[in-house]
Amino acid sequence: MRDEVMNEDVAREDGSGLRFWRGLDELAPGADSSAALDEFADGASEWDDSLGRRRFLQLMGASAALAGLSGCLSGPPDPIVPYVDQPEQVVPGKPLFFATAVPIRGYAEPVLVESHTGRPTKIEGNPAHPASRGATSAQAQAALLDLYDPDRSQTVRFRGGIATWQQFVEAMQAQRARWAATGGAGLRLLTGPVTSPTLAAQLASLLQQFPAARWHVPDPAAPGPAVAVEPRYHFDRARVVLTLDAEVITGQPGSVRYARDLVSRRRVRKGQTAMSRIYAAESTPTLTGALADERLRLRPSEIGPFAEAVAARLGAGEWPAALSPKAQDWAVTVAADLRANRGAAVVVAGETLVPEWHVLVRRLNEALGAIGQTVDYGAPVAVQPPGNGTDLAALVREMTAGRVDTLVMLGVNPVYTAPADLPFAEALGRVETTVHLGSHLDETGFRSVWHVPAAHALETWSDARAYDGTVTLIQPLIAPLYDGRSAHEVLAVLTDGTPTPGYDLVRGFWQRELADRTDFDSFWRQTLRKGFLAGTAASASATTSAESSSVYGRSASSPPGRSMLRPYAGLQPLTSNSEPATLELILRPDPTIGTGEWANNGWLQETPKPLTKLTWDNAALISPSTAKTLGVENEDVVELRYRGQTVEAPVWVLAGQPEGCVTCHLGYGRARAGRAGTGAGFDAYRLRFVDAPWGGPGLEIRKTGKTYALAATNEQWRMHGRDLARSAPISAFIENPDFAHEGEMMELPTLYPGYEYDGYKWGMAIDLTACTGCNACVVACVAENNIPVVGKEEVRRGRHMYWLRIDRYYKGDASDPEEVLHQPVFCQHCENAPCELVCPVNATVHDSEGLNVMIYNRCMGTRYCSNNCPYKVRRFNFLQYTDYDRNDVSALRHNPDVTVRTRGVMEKCTYCVQRISHARIEAKKENRTIRDGEVVTACQGVCPTDAIVFGDMNDRASRVNQLKTEPHNYGLLAELGTRPRTTYLAQITNPNPALRTVQRSAPDEAS
Amino acid sequence: MGQLYHPYANALTKLFVVGGPLFVFVLWWFVAAQVMWSPWSTGEYEFVEQPVPFSHEHHVSGLGIDCRYCHASVEVSSSAGMPPTETCMSCHSQLWTDSPMLEPVRRSYARNEPIPWNRVNKLADYVYFDHSIHVAKGVGCETCHGRVDQMPLTYQGASLQMKWCLGCHRAPEKFIRPAEEVFVFGRDLPEDEQLEIGRRLVQDYDIHVEQLTDCSICHR
Repeated sequence: MRDEVMNEDVAREDGSGLRFWRGLDELAPGADSSAALDEFADGASEWDDSLGRRRFLQLMGASAALAGLSGCLSGPPDPIVPYVDQPEQVVPGKPLFFATAVPIRGYAEPVLVESHTGRPTKIEGNPAHPASRGATSAQAQAALLDLYDPDRSQTVRFRGGIATWQQFVEAMQAQRARWAATGGAGLRLLTGPVTSPTLAAQLASLLQQFPAARWHVPDPAAPGPAVAVEPRYHFDRARVVLTLDAEVITGQPGSVRYARDLVSRRRVRKGQTAMSRIYAAESTPTLTGALADERLRLRPSEIGPFAEAVAARLGAGEWPAALSPKAQDWAVTVAADLRANRGAAVVVAGETLVPEWHVLVRRLNEALGAIGQTVDYGAPVAVQPPGNGTDLAALVREMTAGRVDTLVMLGVNPVYTAPADLPFAEALGRVETTVHLGSHLDETGFRSVWHVPAAHALETWSDARAYDGTVTLIQPLIAPLYDGRSAHEVLAVLTDGTPTPGYDLVRGFWQRELADRTDFDSFWRQTLRKGFLAGTAASASATTSAESSSVYGRSASSPPGRSMLRPYAGLQPLTSNSEPATLELILRPDPTIGTGEWANNGWLQETPKPLTKLTWDNAALISPSTAKTLGVENEDVVELRYRGQTVEAPVWVLAGQPEGCVTCHLGYGRARAGRAGTGAGFDAYRLRFVDAPWGGPGLEIRKTGKTYALAATNEQWRMHGRDLARSAPISAFIENPDFAHEGEMMELPTLYPGYEYDGYKWGMAIDLTACTGCNACVVACVAENNIPVVGKEEVRRGRHMYWLRIDRYYKGDASDPEEVLHQPVFCQHCENAPCELVCPVNATVHDSEGLNVMIYNRCMGTRYCSNNCPYKVRRFNFLQYTDYDRNDVSALRHNPDVTVRTRGVMEKCTYCVQRISHARIEAKKENRTIRDGEVVTACQGVCPTDAIVFGDMNDRASRVNQLKTEPHNYGLLAELGTRPRTTYLAQITNPNPALRTVQRSAPDEAS
Repeated sequence: MGQLYHPYANALTKLFVVGGPLFVFVLWWFVAAQVMWSPWSTGEYEFVEQPVPFSHEHHVSGLGIDCRYCHASVEVSSSAGMPPTETCMSCHSQLWTDSPMLEPVRRSYARNEPIPWNRVNKLADYVYFDHSIHVAKGVGCETCHGRVDQMPLTYQGASLQMKWCLGCHRAPEKFIRPAEEVFVFGRDLPEDEQLEIGRRLVQDYDIHVEQLTDCSICHR
């Protein structure tokens, strides 16, 4: 059997058979895939702890004896504690939903939070809000875990010792007296991006009171100069999109909406002949590049010249001096496509591009008639600090010179996030009074004179604007767990000298703001209920391109990138003592933990990163051929030296990475993050410089000879040559709508009659064209279903517990894959489920609606089911991953409608059976059937692109049935006769054939 | 010297070796089952100490207070709801205002501290019972909780074991009653009459009996 499968693998490598591949070693000839053939990853089933067999048996004997005894005793006391005075809306057993927002990088992500008798347990998107439309990002989902983080700072601290809020207030009052005399000279404020109108008003009032004070906004995710205009895209109106090193699907304030809009023109159904086309010219691979129909791999220094070339073809600039032939072809073809779709085309510049390229891109959009159609340029949503507010270097100079006596840092961690050439930590030591408001006693809080624990967003009154400017109110779901304070409350002490509750501050601000409303009380209540102030979205301003170019100080006519463009230096293999090779450094925020603010979030740490599938670590990402040239492999530790700064980092080879470039993600290597984040990964901020915040050429790389273990999940389950991921260009789909079924084996005949499901028949359809791989569903599933976090070591052993995995497939060349496909895989709820046949205790059985259910209390852990599952979607609790302690704060996050599993129990996706049960009970009470769309699974609910549809297959009109009747709907391994209830719509792409046939046009011909 | 054992001792030994453990096993099984199913193990009929010796008998039979006056969410939620102290005080701020038995109630109200009642009917954590659907489909309070109207101190009225649940989930017609009689106590019909009414109600209430034994109905 083993040989057969291996032969099949080899047989399909001749180019025709295996179209998609998942791991790079699959492409290597003669790769030993035997490890992947075992059901459980190597070491998953072994007990290789330091505990010897003898000691283990002793302990087991003792625990068996104790277990025997405890069986005779009643369980722990479990009192019922009713309210003294029950709030009107609260009904035990019935969750309430409150509209609020989770601020991410200062921008509101509008959400509805589920509350069980005062305990927030799950975050959903706010369907009414234009920035959410019911979906959220993975980070917003994970914000819930941050609330219950046991490592949160719990008390006010003064010089490291425990202090009180009152003492802090008194100390600030004394400071205020001094500032009154000096006009606030020496007072400096540091905040993250501020979109909150209340906070902005408070800051303005503070700066008015103390005119010599200064406010700085050092955002590690946007370290460039302040912008005067920012773009807001309308991808739903765009037929052709070109992104330039831009990640629009995740990590942006507007990502949730952008992903939805991008995909809205790509839901290909039968009979449809048109879909949008996305071009991505980018350096380090992003999800946007993965979604794109055509991806051009460029080094960061080539992005600008490429944009120039496109602009030149559109008559908006000069043809660049140096550009690779492939990029030239691309520029010609893309420009032609953009021009052909004038008014419905848009060019997107990435945040990491220098301002000059943004100006150029704006000119490009103007030339394309995109402004007002597919993109609006308007005043930035975040409030800009007066003066040189984003200039952290100026602040550090002042601090070092002793001109700063009070530094107030609200929700920022500059000691960690400051670039390597700014000695922020030392400078901080020279400031007499430093105040830090933070959720954790982090690197900055630890060095500050005063530390005030910050209240979580679910504990505070506040407000914030969404990406489009819509004012979104933030209301608390729970009283602060640890006496935390909001930024408003700390600022109120500075501005007024007296502590004021956050509610009074926020409500008071809006009462003044909306003074002309006579019905303010009822309006306030309605707004809170809805979650946002409708009609507050920012309007597009009519500034011209010339104005915008002047805002950066430099003129757009001399792009600086040209001088950075160097010929690609030949690389030599690295040995331990050879000369270092010189490459280009790319720094980016981490796709899951951002710039480090989510470092202590176990859910996000354990979520496999979208393309690398790494967990718990960052790595030096390099392309396969560069790795080959340098002679490095995955997990080899290399020394990276950039402008005199060195870090050691493990190598991870990533398909699609540009040659000669190393990508390092920020956010790791935290010294004081907490139990999950401290010590994970390496600190890429050590390679960041003020004038090169996103890296640049001149990175030296040296082999150290050491290795470092990384925990990646993509290598653990393989498809062994089977055609699981299916995809075709839209032209092929029009020609042959049934392409997904070609070459499909016949389902084996059976002698047994089929089972008739005459009630509900639950099923799911997943549109692979719409799936962007953003991971929101993964985290939503974890939050909904009480799935434990197991840690890096356990993930390495293949014991990770996440029910929902997103398989990432590549097609084409290892270095420059032409296509990426994300496939969410979880229990397929087979009608003929192989797992059920082998369970000796009937712990996994079918119910009458076709769910493959898992009965935890029956399961005795033989793991036969998992062994027999062809989809590898069952997860086994090898150890007691969830803490039994019900008094622990982290137990509060559990969804009370889902069993918390214990050691030795198998588990898997249930199709959110608790939500089905809830809907069934409600329908039965009203003597009706469940309506289509009434049951929304956790993964479906948060999906920004609506890629997952769940419903009753017996309801002919249901959305899931409509998708399942599409010709490109297929089941995984359907030929096994398992009859999976989850099916997939094959991915449809829209590549441009001109890119493959175009004759290279010389630059002079082109321009 | 003659043989110490008669030849049939071999057979006896074999019988003992095989039969002995078997006998012990069967006996153990029998005893264990009896113990497991006994009220001693299930906690059935056992009075539970409470902070306030609340008498359902007095409040239900004596005063005629409806179940839903205190267990207010029984028709809408999975949880029947325990009365907040305020509900007790709606009467007891006027009646028995100085009774020492009610001291914990007054203290709770005055100090705004809840009364921790000891749980009487406890299900395992992996069982998800929903009061509202049972009430809507004609399962009377007394069907599961027993004659609460005759309990001076509250006790568990049934074993609450899975086989007891399945007794009704397999044959609801033996137990269900018209929804308007759910809160009535002492409704005791002859078996054939109950069966006749029950069968009709199963139809009327659209109860899919074949679905009631799905594992996922109670376990998730």
